[in-house]
Order: sequence, then C-alpha cells, then structure tokens
Amino acid sequence: MWAYIIRRLLYALPILLGVNLITFVLFFVVNTPDDMARMQLGMKRVTPEAIQSWKAERGYDKPVVYNASAQGLERITDTIFFQKSMRLFLLDFGRSDSGRDISADIRERMFPSLALAIPSLLVGMLVYVSFAGLLAFFRGTYLDLSGVVLCVVLMSISGLFYIIVGQYLVGKLLHLVPISGYESGWLAFKFIILPVVIAVVASVGGNSRFYRSIFLEEMNRDYVRTSRAKGVAENRVMFRHVLKNSLIPILTNVVAVLPLLFMGSLIMESFFGIPGLGSYTIEAIQGQDFAIVRSMVFLGSVLYILGLILTDISYTLVDPRVRLS
Amino acid sequence: MMPVLLTTDILILLLVAVVTGFAWYARRQPHLREPWRRVLQSRMGMASLVVLLAFIVTGLLDTLHFREALPDNAQLPSHEQHYSVEVLSVLDVLLSDMRTHVEKTYSAPFATHLFTKETIELPGGGVVREYPRLQWGGAHLEDPARDLLADVLRRSSLALAETLVFMWMVSAGLGWWLKRRGSLVAEAGLKDLWRGRTELPWQVALSTLTVIVLGVCLVINLGGHYHILGTDKVGQDVFYQAVKSIRTGLVIGTLTTLVMLPFAIMLGITAGFFQGWIDDVIQYLYTTLNSIPGVLLIAAAVLMVDVYISTHPDVFETAVERADIRLLFLCIILGVSSWTGLCRLLRGESIKLRELDYVQAAQAFGVGHGTIMIRHILPNVMHIVLIAVVLDFSGLVLAEAVLSYIGVGVDPSMNSWGNMINRARLEMARDPMVWWSLLGAFLFMFALVLAANLFSDAVRDAFDPRLRQRS
Repeated sequence: MWAYIIRRLLYALPILLGVNLITFVLFFVVNTPDDMARMQLGMKRVTPEAIQSWKAERGYDKPVVYNASAQGLERITDTIFFQKSMRLFLLDFGRSDSGRDISADIRERMFPSLALAIPSLLVGMLVYVSFAGLLAFFRGTYLDLSGVVLCVVLMSISGLFYIIVGQYLVGKLLHLVPISGYESGWLAFKFIILPVVIAVVASVGGNSRFYRSIFLEEMNRDYVRTSRAKGVAENRVMFRHVLKNSLIPILTNVVAVLPLLFMGSLIMESFFGIPGLGSYTIEAIQGQDFAIVRSMVFLGSVLYILGLILTDISYTLVDPRVRLS
Repeated sequence: MMPVLLTTDILILLLVAVVTGFAWYARRQPHLREPWRRVLQSRMGMASLVVLLAFIVTGLLDTLHFREALPDNAQLPSHEQHYSVEVLSVLDVLLSDMRTHVEKTYSAPFATHLFTKETIELPGGGVVREYPRLQWGGAHLEDPARDLLADVLRRSSLALAETLVFMWMVSAGLGWWLKRRGSLVAEAGLKDLWRGRTELPWQVALSTLTVIVLGVCLVINLGGHYHILGTDKVGQDVFYQAVKSIRTGLVIGTLTTLVMLPFAIMLGITAGFFQGWIDDVIQYLYTTLNSIPGVLLIAAAVLMVDVYISTHPDVFETAVERADIRLLFLCIILGVSSWTGLCRLLRGESIKLRELDYVQAAQAFGVGHGTIMIRHILPNVMHIVLIAVVLDFSGLVLAEAVLSYIGVGVDPSMNSWGNMINRARLEMARDPMVWWSLLGAFLFMFALVLAANLFSDAVRDAFDPRLRQRS
C-alpha cells in the first residue's frame, strides 16, 4: 500500500513539471514580461525606465531560462524559470504582483472556502442520492418520468439564474439572510446557508439524473435478479444490495473532488462576497495579477492529482475486487 | 455592399458544408440512416430538433456579414466606392427596426414611457418632473393609457391569424409531400397527419413549428412599434440583443468541439491502437492538461490573449474583427481544456476494438496501421464522438455565461447572454428592479440549452448500442 502511494506520488512529479512548463510558456514566452509591464502600467505613461523598475520590483528582470552572466549553479537558478516556476514545487508561492505574500493569503482564505464547500458537498450528496434513489425505486412510473423531466429542466437553467433569483427572493424580498459578506466562527452560519442551498439546487438536476442511471445500471445486474428470485423483500434488495453497491462509483467520484474543495467555488464565493480562495482567484484574474493566477494553477493541479490518488485508494477500500498494482 | 467574412464565419460555413455533405452521404447508407431515423421517431427528438433548427437558422442569418456602401461623396476627388466601418449581418437588416430604435435609457417591456423621471419644459413655460414618452416604443399611440392594450391585442390577433394561415399552408404542403412518398399510413391525408398516424411524429414537429412561427409573427407585428423586452441602460432593445446573442452561443457550442475533435480522435485512437510508449506519452499529455483546473487554464490563456491584443492594437481593422478573434481564441482554449475526456473514452474503446477479429484479420493481410485506424477503428468509434459532441454542446453554452461573468469570456462589446447577464447584474440593487435584461438572456439560453439537452438524450438513446440492447 505505502509503496504504491509513494510510487504514485513520484509519478505525479513529471505531471506537475508539465503543468509548470505550460504555465511558464503561457505567462513568460507567449508574452514577455515587457508586454505584461506595459499592460499593467497602461499604454500612455510607458517609458523604458518604468518598465525596468516594474520588472525589477517583481523579479521579472532576470533572463528567462539561462543566466549567462552568473557563476556556477546560479546560471540555472538565477532565472525567471527557476525563481518563479520551480520554487512552486516547495509550495513557496512568493509574492503577488501587488506585493502580498501569497502563501499567507492562501492559509487565511482556505477556511471560508472550506466552510462553504464542505456543507455544500454533504447536503448535496444527501439530497442527490435520496432523490435519485426515489426515482430509481419508482422507475417506469409517472413519478419517475416527471422527476426526470424536472431534472432535465433544472439542469438546463444557467447556474447564474439560481444565484441571482435566490439572492433576490431570499435576501432582498424576504430579508431572511444577508445577501453577501462573511464572519468567522459560528456567525458564518447565516452567511453560508443561502449559498449552500443555492449550490445544491443548482446542481440537483444533473447529479440526480446521473446517480439515477447508476442505480438503474446496478438494478439490472444478475445478483439483484437472483436475490429477487430467492424471495428477498424489495426493500431489502434496494437498501442492502443496490444502494450499497451503487454507492461505490458515487463515493469514489466524491473522493476525487475532495482535495479540490480547498480551492472553493469561483462563482459562489464572488457572488456572496465570501473571502475564500475562489474569490481570491477571481480578484486576481480581474486585477490581472499573474503571480496569483500562476500559483492557483499549480495548487489546483497538485490537489487534482491528490484526488486521483485518493480515488484509487478508496476503490481498494470499498471494492475488494480491485487490487493496487 | 461588400461581403465580410470573419474568421468564425468561415469556420461556421465550413461546418455547415461538412454537416450537409455528411447528411447527403448518410442518406444513402442504411446503417447510418437507421439511428438518425430513431432520433426522429422519438417525439422529444423531433420537437427539440425543430427548436434547434430555428436557433441555427437565426445564427446562420447572423453569420452572413457585410459592410454597407456609403453614398457617393461628391467632395471626394476619386470615384472609388467607400464602405461603412460598421459590419452588419442579414439578421441586422431583418431586425433593423429594433436595431435603430434606440431610446435614452431603461424602459420596461411594452412601455410607452421612460423608466426614469426627467425634467420636461412645458410649452407654456415652467418645468415638471415626469416620465417622458419614449421616442419609438408606442410612439404611434395617441393616448397610451387608453390605446395600449387594444393596440397590442389587435396586433397579436393579427399575428395569430397569420400563423394559422402559414401553418395551414405548411401542413398542406407536408401532407402532399408525404402522400407522394407513400409515407402516410392511410389515404385520408391531412387527417392522419394531425392525428399523429404517421411513421415519424410530424404532428409534434408541426405543433412545435406553430409555436415558433407564432413567436416570429408576434415579433414581426409588435417589434417595430414596441420594445418587447424593454431597453437597457443605453436604450438598446433587449430583445434584439438576445437574438443577436444566439450566434455567439452557437459558435461557442459548435466551434469548440470542431477545434478539439481532430486532436481527441487522432490521439485517442493512436494511443489505444499502438499502446506502449506512444500510449504513455499521450496519457501523460492529457493527464497533465486535465490536472490544470479548467477555469484557471482558460483564465490564464485569455489573460494572455488580452495582453497580446492590448499590446498589438494595430493588427485588427475593426472592433468586430477583434471581438471575433477573441471569440475564436476562447473556442480554441475551451477546446484544449475539454478534449481530454473524449480522448480517454476513445483510447479505451480502441484498446477493445484492436483485439477484435476483423482488425486482427486486416493486420494478418498486411493492411497498414493508418488504413486500419481510418477504415476499421474510426467508423466504429464515431457513435462515441457524436454522443460526446452533442452532450458537450449545452454545457459549453452555459459555460459562456459563467466565463463572461468572471471576465474571461467573449469580448465585452460582443452580444452574448453572458454579457447581458453581467451588465444587468449591476442593476439588481435598483428599486424597482430592472429585470427584463436578465429575463431575456435567461429565457433564450434556457430554450437553447433545454432543446440541446433533450436532443442529446434522443441521440444517445438512438446511438448507444448498450441502451439499444436493453430496451
């Protein structure tokens, strides 16, 4: 088991290196630091000196990959590639283009993100699985049909619609909860509840339909027919056999997204003014802070790969047929 | 008049040509025709196809761009023909009433007065604060309070009458055509058509078409005299914007897949067919791309395109061209970040297919690798490709709105549902609320996405062999 995990972690290194190369090419080769400086400084008051000082302040004035003027190992290390890209491997994110400490920001903003993401996931799973189970239990009836139609209609509505209408109805008309903002500790509850409800409603259509098809696939298996033929009660078939076995693909799907919960939700956080990593990323994109965007790309990739490894491990834990190799 | 071909126009026309060519080819191939028949036999499939076709026709009308010729200017020495810098489309001409009827600022749907009060000077001296009459909306009414409802009802009933006449003609024509082909079950003609006793559910198609034609007739009768969905902050007709956004939505939904398909198909099949180190390299490639969170990759790439555009302003001739290139880039980036799923599916399927007897036999006969992949494997994975393309469409249309909200979507000057929502969002705080921009954008988006979802269900049911066996 441990040997497997270590091997998978080592496999992750070349992938992260690839991610790094892609972001490096996107941010430093397609457009040179000079272009970025010109964009940040605005087109009018651009002078060569201003560009130089902008680059020097942020450490973009070094050669891109090879420093011919330095000595020894510094030829490689004293470059933009090494300073800005390779140091991400040590989770050293450095400073943002506006001079903030990115690592400290991430540590601070991680918790509001989790406070929103974890309840959304838990409540969501409960709702999706029970709704899908209900539809699958009554498969072929009008209840099932109307439920599926409802799912298709719900998933055809833009997520922004749920947010805007939800904010308007609950926040502005009924004055039940504040529209946006955040407080740490237990007081966060009243700020979290509306986004959680909206997040669950917004994705109930697609998820329930997907889970229903998993349930139905499981119900068509031979062992279900066998147990019915033996005379096992329908309730027992559904809850003991079908539900338990259908949860395997569902749970492993969830495990894959667990690490990414740290990143928060871009849209929800910025609409509801929650100071998490999602809104941090959006602010960076809108403020064109390239250092933050670069760091978040790297962090996201690390978490994604972590999710892949966790998925494989969880498969072996819940499904004895799968062996790690 | 000078026709203008934007880059996306060329790609759209290319796509239309390919699809038409394929349809023409598939008509003669029974094994290709059969699943498409099954799509049309399902009532949902037929209804959603009609709706989608209505959207596509609108989008195509909006794709034929041109620049109007300016009237000959006597002062200019040369007699060279000059063209307006404004790029118009055929759709703009059809909707020119709505396009040119620009008010001062907000007005509600079917309003005759502006949404905000203004100071008006009375003819006899003195001023009052009042809601002024609109310049265009309901301008032909003498007394709006009295005549508005009657006028709207009169025009609507006219539209209804037109619809009935038109649909009667269409169904008569369809009945005649079906009868000539011998597709009608009985000889009763139109009656069978209306009662749904035909092989394909033409009845559903006709009822869907009736709804669409009624909508079009209402717009023709009312659009020139009222603002059906009100006006936005700068007084532009919201309905016009929503209709213009159709093309953007369709381009994002279709060109993105067009961009990604060659990569996904080629790499997926190659990886599955050859295995070994080629497989490893391709798997590494898509795992790497996949592990970058999609939104962030798109954001990073769009930011870079922004930097490029703002530092090279001289590359693009008109604003429309710049917006168009940005749209194309967005499609390419969306394609790059979304081909990995399809690639993985194709790889898995090719691994299965390469072990089958006919592939082994072809190899034993010494058929080349390339030929095997194109002749034997590609046709057998096309159903997966088709299902993926149709399934992706609705997701991409929805993604456009979200990306435009984040600020990495289409150019702000371009008509798109995302941009409409984004602009209207700022007006949420107003009291009373300006809701019609949001309504327009969401309504159109909902209709397109719902139709696409239902159509993709029908396509999946018809093409997926696993589902076919079960039923």
